[in-house]
Amino acid sequence: MAWFKKERKPRTSERVKLEIPADAWEKCDECGHIDIKDRFVRALNVCPNCGHHRRISAQEYIDLLVDEGSWHELDTRLRSTDPLRFENYKQRLETAVHKAGPLEAVRTGYGRLDGMPVGVGVMDFNFMGGSMGSVVGEKLARLTRRSAERRTPLIVVSASGGARMQEGVLSLMQMAKTSVEIARLRTARVPFISILTNPTTGGVSASYAMQGDVIVAEPGAVVGFAGPRVIKQTIGQDLPEGFQTAEFLLEHGMVDAVVPRSELRDTTGQLLRHMAGRAPAEAAD
Amino acid sequence: MATHTLDFERPLLELERQIEEMKRVAGETAVDVAKELAPLEKKLAELRAEIYKNLTPMQRVQVARHPKRPYTLDYLSTVFTDFVELHGDRLFRDDPAIVAGWARLDGTSVMVIGHQKGRDTKENLLRNFGMAHPEGYRKALRLMHLAEQFRAPVITLVDTPGAYPGLGAEERGQAEAIARNLVEMATLRTPILTAVIGEGGSGGALAVGLADRVLMLENSVYSVISPEGCAAILWKDASQRERAAEALKITAEDLQELGVIDEIIPEPPGGAHADPEAAAEALGETLQRHVRQLRKIKLDKLLKRREEKYLSMGALTEK
Repeated sequence: MAWFKKERKPRTSERVKLEIPADAWEKCDECGHIDIKDRFVRALNVCPNCGHHRRISAQEYIDLLVDEGSWHELDTRLRSTDPLRFENYKQRLETAVHKAGPLEAVRTGYGRLDGMPVGVGVMDFNFMGGSMGSVVGEKLARLTRRSAERRTPLIVVSASGGARMQEGVLSLMQMAKTSVEIARLRTARVPFISILTNPTTGGVSASYAMQGDVIVAEPGAVVGFAGPRVIKQTIGQDLPEGFQTAEFLLEHGMVDAVVPRSELRDTTGQLLRHMAGRAPAEAAD
Repeated sequence: MATHTLDFERPLLELERQIEEMKRVAGETAVDVAKELAPLEKKLAELRAEIYKNLTPMQRVQVARHPKRPYTLDYLSTVFTDFVELHGDRLFRDDPAIVAGWARLDGTSVMVIGHQKGRDTKENLLRNFGMAHPEGYRKALRLMHLAEQFRAPVITLVDTPGAYPGLGAEERGQAEAIARNLVEMATLRTPILTAVIGEGGSGGALAVGLADRVLMLENSVYSVISPEGCAAILWKDASQRERAAEALKITAEDLQELGVIDEIIPEPPGGAHADPEAAAEALGETLQRHVRQLRKIKLDKLLKRREEKYLSMGALTEK
């Protein structure tokens, strides 16, 4: 029955495959929006569709906040010891160094923002969840002291699950240590702007992160004392929608402003000019 | 009190029972048992001392949490006199998880601030198991400033599982309240003396514990996280609390070694709950001695030393 016999064309397609690299696309974890990677990058890793702020690295915050070519890193040789000989801590530190580099869960340094000298600390959540142990406390304490002595405003970008368990009560005492330096900075009347990013909880939120003269938070950032899981366990019920987000804190009077990443640099500069008695940016132009 | 016997105290029970029995028989029959009783009581005391000398960290946690352990209000009636309780943060409400007010220590007016646990369910509902809300820490800070204004030393007694992790606490800024206390205590212009009398639960303890001198009762503990919490996070298993208690280094001895506390106050054999009067006496004497010393130091020097004390804490290398 040749009527039904259709001549089959060879299956080999002549279409040329477009050379799109596999990593050219990015998907938003929040809304599922898929877009060209470049659009995410240009939006500072904020979803072009829903505005979800994805985590960016400490280096990206430094690039965002500090004038190009002005960054000087401080205290690069401080390392954790293992004072409690806590099981697996040494290995976990090695893993963290491998993953996030040797600079521990905070990077500190100085540079300029719109030409103004500033001290900047940026926490790195990739290093053991941004947990605060002796090194984090010491680096921030030294940075704060330097800021007070040189009268350069301090900016700290926080991202942390809290105090580092593996250094026990010594981690807890870093809350006191940093608070002592922040108190001195206040006495010296040098401005301190605290920027809260996702997440900022525990011993970090209960010390310097909430001690800023001005406290701003990125949209959607979870900020609180106890983590959502612990609270859920304690009260035995689900948490309300949006609980502990930056917007929730704004509504409850706990932060001064929620600032999108794209405006972070300008807002910080504007605040510093107010607090340091400088002319507004327009006049400087 | 069989209901409050800790598992490791069980060897004492049989001896206690024998002594009770002998006393009962003696009472009924008027037989003089003093001769038989004395060695038994001596043996009991020795055994108790022996057991308490070799407590594991988790056993210390149990003693620190003992429902019969003296709390802040107990010490306010034994160590201190002339107590006037002051309430409220002037912002939201009074938090009964922290009690505070003027009191006298050896005749001198001081501001006493301490966590307060409850002895039974009803009391614990009121006291929230000694877990303060932000308003508790704000009350504490308000009264520290009151003390500062009248140049009175601040004495804080720490006994809390931690700051309360609940909806209202978060809404009202638990983190902010603790953070504010820390930064303001760092420069409070009056001596601050802290004694951990039971549980030193992390940020909730430190929020009233940044001080010129920090003391710990022998069987109290002080930790960045509860052993149960640590075990749940690290090993996904809260029953590993023994292991966590060991690893976290939370006993008074550990903390002295780590340079975090200044002095350990010995407890009577069997712990503070076995002899509250003796515990109060030891605490009172130690507090008096430190207050005397602190009052002699010029304020600027005191503040400088307070700063240096905390700036030196931590363990790190710089290669």
